[in-house]
Amino acid sequence: MSVTGTEPKIIVKDLRKNFEMEVLKGINAEIDKGEVVCVIGPSGSGKSTFLRCLNALEEASGGQIFVDGEEITAKKADVNRIRRHIGMVFQSFNLFPNMTVKQNIAMAPSLLKIKSKEEADARAMELLERVNLSEKADAKPADLSGGQQQRVAIARALAMDPDIMLFDEPTSALDPEMVGEVLQVMKELAEAGMTMVVVTHEMGFARDVADRIFFVDEGIIMEEGTPEEVFDHPQNPRTQSFLSKVL
Amino acid sequence: MNLLGVLQDAYPTLLKGLFTTVEVTVISLLIAAVLGIITCLFRISRIPPLRWIARFYIWLIRGTPMLVQAMYIYLALPQLLQMITGSNVKISIFAASIATLSLNAGAYMSEIFRGAIEAVPKGQTEAARSLGLSYGQTMRKVVLPQAVKICLPSLVNQCIITLKDSTILYAIGLAEIMYYGKVYVGRTFAVFGTYTWIAVFFLVVISILSFISRKIENRLKK
Repeated sequence: MSVTGTEPKIIVKDLRKNFEMEVLKGINAEIDKGEVVCVIGPSGSGKSTFLRCLNALEEASGGQIFVDGEEITAKKADVNRIRRHIGMVFQSFNLFPNMTVKQNIAMAPSLLKIKSKEEADARAMELLERVNLSEKADAKPADLSGGQQQRVAIARALAMDPDIMLFDEPTSALDPEMVGEVLQVMKELAEAGMTMVVVTHEMGFARDVADRIFFVDEGIIMEEGTPEEVFDHPQNPRTQSFLSKVL
Repeated sequence: MNLLGVLQDAYPTLLKGLFTTVEVTVISLLIAAVLGIITCLFRISRIPPLRWIARFYIWLIRGTPMLVQAMYIYLALPQLLQMITGSNVKISIFAASIATLSLNAGAYMSEIFRGAIEAVPKGQTEAARSLGLSYGQTMRKVVLPQAVKICLPSLVNQCIITLKDSTILYAIGLAEIMYYGKVYVGRTFAVFGTYTWIAVFFLVVISILSFISRKIENRLKK
């Protein structure tokens, strides 16, 4: 798949995950640098679990994941270091309620000594400007709307200067009128060349922004391709049936 | 004898007792807090033997009355040690009292701490870990500050329970408020007046505690 001839950014080989039952049954995927992949599929299909394996929030039961050639599923992998360059945005925002908006963003880079306190604060303000929330720097997360909280969460993830961003249904917990503002920020990020893996139910966004679509069902990637291929000419009957329900 | 007369006559004695009650309680609570934190960390540790130690301790304290624990520490334990070592072992009433109260409150506090830590949503930990924070950093910066807020009401409640439970130590002869009350009653037969004032003293101290805790809670909420 690689256009540039270099190694893919993320390689997933036969990824398996068991909880009480087998949730992931052997996922294989390669994602290139700068690529935007949207993962779609029915709920309970394993798409969120797949995403959470990519930064080792879930421990894989089998298979391997390589990020920048480094195996993150290895026993001895330093997950704390690897996670620093993989940002993650959650469905329920998960902002830290005991900190202000600015502290939410600046905490990790300064605590992990990647930036000085001043640099981290300056970067936080820069990122807040980018998501149009400069005036909320000193507010507490609880005082923000859902859409604003999610934009802060994106800024928080970006503060670590990641080169991969994972989004786990980032708009599913939002009121409909706030979905657009969050998708807009994500779209800008995609245009800026970020490598992104997005689990989403926003088919319009997926068609618009994604380079590739993964349709996940029953713990495997049932179908993958460009948005045109998957949305307009789905080959797999499961994909066809799913799309007929959501489009 | 009327109530005010009893108060006038008995308050130096009762205050002396109350001072011991508060003193023993405060020292015990401080030790219990440390004990509670350590036990809580053991209880949620990933190392099974540490978890077993914590569970055994909590099981032991929860499963026996405090009066039995006090007698055991003050009387039974010295005898046991004497049988083992052969030398004369003696523990002071004060030390036995502190040991009983702190072991007791420590066990309950550890469960309060654990409950509070587990009440912090899992997404908080996941968000912090996804940024590259270690388990310890996540605890220190994200989970514990939120857990403190959550556990505060239960913690104050435990302080009040421990303060009241300290009267049980009267049974091993600690010179606390009940002890002095009893002595005063023995001398004057002012049963009604004495116990009324003891109850009032407790109500006053505990009301002050509740008031302070409400203030702290309101402040933390902001």
